[in-house]
Amino acid sequence: MIAALGGLGLITLLALPWTRHALESVMILHMLVQIPLLAVAGALTATALVPRWRATLERWNENGISGTLMAAIVSSWWMVPRALDAALASPTMEVAKFVSLPLFVGAPLALSWSRLGPMGRGFVIANVLPMWSVVGWLYLVAPVRVCNFYLVEDQSVAGAGLLLVSVGLAATAGCLAFRSRVTNPPAG
Amino acid sequence: MRNGPWLRTAVASLLICATGGALLWRGTDGFRAFTTEQARRVSIAANPRTLPIVALDDQDGRAFSLASYRGAPLAVDFVYTQCVTLCTRLSASFQRLDRAERSRGDGRLRLVTISFDPRDTPEQLRAYSARYQADGRDWRFARVHDARELPQLLSAFGITVIPDGRGDFQHNAAVHLLDVEGRLARVLDIDVAPSEAARASGSRE
Repeated sequence: MIAALGGLGLITLLALPWTRHALESVMILHMLVQIPLLAVAGALTATALVPRWRATLERWNENGISGTLMAAIVSSWWMVPRALDAALASPTMEVAKFVSLPLFVGAPLALSWSRLGPMGRGFVIANVLPMWSVVGWLYLVAPVRVCNFYLVEDQSVAGAGLLLVSVGLAATAGCLAFRSRVTNPPAG
Repeated sequence: MRNGPWLRTAVASLLICATGGALLWRGTDGFRAFTTEQARRVSIAANPRTLPIVALDDQDGRAFSLASYRGAPLAVDFVYTQCVTLCTRLSASFQRLDRAERSRGDGRLRLVTISFDPRDTPEQLRAYSARYQADGRDWRFARVHDARELPQLLSAFGITVIPDGRGDFQHNAAVHLLDVEGRLARVLDIDVAPSEAARASGSRE
């Protein structure tokens, strides 16, 4: 319950005009702080889902597959340069961002991740991290501005940031795989 | 009975993929436009835009508007004279276009370069035009007569200009072609070949 209140509080905080403008004025803050935090807020809020609803959703989300798919598709839209511009140019898109990231990325991920199993999680990690690195690399080296509302230098910084985040997460995932205990059949 | 959830999950996943795919398809104009600039080009090519009539002053202080070119195709670009990066590439491209069209006499594609920097005076525009050996007639350099009308003109073209805080601007740059009815009909890359621009403008059959 506390987590859910925290999630709602986080969305409210992010929606305040001052926070919104501060986080959207720089591309890296928009992409790597505001957007992920909106998803986190949704994930936290989803913990308050009453068991009956959760059970109903689970019947449509065996092994967490549909929820993960939804999060993957919706989050990929918010990585398109055009989507960042659109959120700044149109109030409708801005509202869509504030609704879709918590509701269709954070919440379904929270309800699906624990049900995914090692195979599913490995699949997601192994696909998402290279995709993020490529997007980060493109932003870093693109000779032209891909967002009308951000400067070229802003774009390189955001790209470098995304690249660092994905490399960092890949390293973390690697360490976890290295450390996790697998029961091997006895030798001999 | 164990098959129920699996079937439902498969149906839900298919629905999610279909809806999500359709939204992504629409949001990127059929996976053709991932940036606002690409989207602008796709939208203009599909639906030429009527432009507002905005009073301009050229490098010699003469008043005119883009509407006065109706009846013949026109190429327009947006720069500011202090620019040392993108605009110089754009102006070099217009210079190539200007040279290629000179031999064609009256049937040539005419060019107008508009400054979006309120600091640019007709004198500065004249000096800028001299830098690119423009004749000031078939290739004119202009500024908006009333600076308050500038946002209206830029928004009709879909040009976003943001000051970088050091006295310079960042802006999307392209070659804009107006058709004989004065509508914004095509947007081309800044390095477009002169022959290609002439063909796209319809000035050459």
